[in-house]
Amino acid sequence: MKHIKTLNSRNLQNTLKKGGCGECQTSCQSACKTSCTVGNQTCEQAKAE
Amino acid sequence: MVHLFKNNGYNMVLDVNSSSVHVVDDVVYDVLDERNKGTRREDLEKKLGGKYTGEEILEALEECGELEKQGMLFTEDLYRDAVGQYQNRQTVVKALCLHIAHDCNLACRYCFAGEGEYHGRRALMSYETGKQALDFLVKNSGNRHNLEVDFFGGEPTMNWEVVKELVRYGRSIEKKYNKNFRFTLTTNGILLNDEMMEFCNREMGNVVLSLDGRKEVNDFMRPQRGGQGSYDRIVPKYQKFADSRNQEKYYVRGTFTHYNLDFAKDVLHMADLGFKQISIEPVVAPPTEDYAIREEDLPTIMEQYDILAAEMVKREKEGRGFNFFHFMIDLTGGPCVYKRLSGCGSGTEYLAVTPWGDLYPCHQFVGIDGFCLGNVNDGILRPDLCAEFKKCGVYSRKECSECFARFFCSGGCAANSYNFTGQINDVYQIGCAMQKKRVECALMIKAALADGE
Repeated sequence: MKHIKTLNSRNLQNTLKKGGCGECQTSCQSACKTSCTVGNQTCEQAKAE
Repeated sequence: MVHLFKNNGYNMVLDVNSSSVHVVDDVVYDVLDERNKGTRREDLEKKLGGKYTGEEILEALEECGELEKQGMLFTEDLYRDAVGQYQNRQTVVKALCLHIAHDCNLACRYCFAGEGEYHGRRALMSYETGKQALDFLVKNSGNRHNLEVDFFGGEPTMNWEVVKELVRYGRSIEKKYNKNFRFTLTTNGILLNDEMMEFCNREMGNVVLSLDGRKEVNDFMRPQRGGQGSYDRIVPKYQKFADSRNQEKYYVRGTFTHYNLDFAKDVLHMADLGFKQISIEPVVAPPTEDYAIREEDLPTIMEQYDILAAEMVKREKEGRGFNFFHFMIDLTGGPCVYKRLSGCGSGTEYLAVTPWGDLYPCHQFVGIDGFCLGNVNDGILRPDLCAEFKKCGVYSRKECSECFARFFCSGGCAANSYNFTGQINDVYQIGCAMQKKRVECALMIKAALADGE
């Protein structure tokens, strides 16, 4: 494309089918303890693949 | 929903529901901006004709149309029902914050735990209580394999022998119950020594090392009990500790307040000390405190995040980059949509345990009247209160369900909300403004680092 550069090809909607196993880290145990941040967390299933 | 913003010379487009991120030129940016305003396609040339040729506008529309076809622009929110069902599921406990010591050897001015005591009495958790807490966790964790236990305080190293014994006990029951304990430690560093570092490097998946940044900033907010600063005593140990962990699986973590609104300098100071994993977060305090973040501080804070983001790009390109916790976003992997929308898990999947074994929804609620959920012996005695916490999530708040950042904060922190509004399921506006800015900075960094690829 001439006008647009896309940075990621993953569509979050696809995770509706496979997601929800709950094995991932609890948000507040990572570093924050005072806010809520999930965008930077790792998916356990992706890690295992 | 499509969110548009400009940062550090980049025109950024976030398609919220697919989480697709695009960097666009001016004509696409303006076309999408008009579309967000409701301008009809046939009126675009009239609106933008002074700036662009008809051909340019047509090209922009064609490229946007292509992305729409591929499900990367103007996608629908398909999640509400699925996440609702997910939230109603039978939850299990998967993480505990063990308040191993309600005592502290620092007297930080902003401590939400009232200098370690959580507005109660000084106490150390006994091995027996800790053991019961781990048993409670195993018993209530269903099929969940990975269990998280954070040794927290007060200052957990003031009860170090119990920390070690509990790690040993946890390891001894892993096999029998098919569990994997992930232990972490949050410390102020005062008592940290070689033996502790070696133990942590063997057993702890993450360590959080408290430091607020520049010496004068740290020592003003984080004095020792006698009033002396803590910086000189802890920084050399932290440097050694971080190196011994190969500069990963740790954070030096600080708090910024109204007194150091130029906190980008504190982050960069820590980077200059050699730390590669850094987190500095806004203080959580009622507006009556002199150090609390106020609404009028926001423009300065926004500017600081911009300065920090631009500097991080520069350093990364020079080969001396570092991670800043709140700017970390995984665009290609990252958590599933359920995780992103169903809240932090406080009061359901995540509980805090006091030194005498009482259960609270999270560490920030410990000691607040009316929030005790039960204890490690008898289990949950207030399922009604747990149910209230279970409802917290993106779709339980109107503001969140319309916010572009909703997939990055999962609806925010219940304790922040409670501190500011008296309700656990409300919105802390100042925190939201900062969160949105951090998401924008994080996306810009991705764009800048992809530049030239």
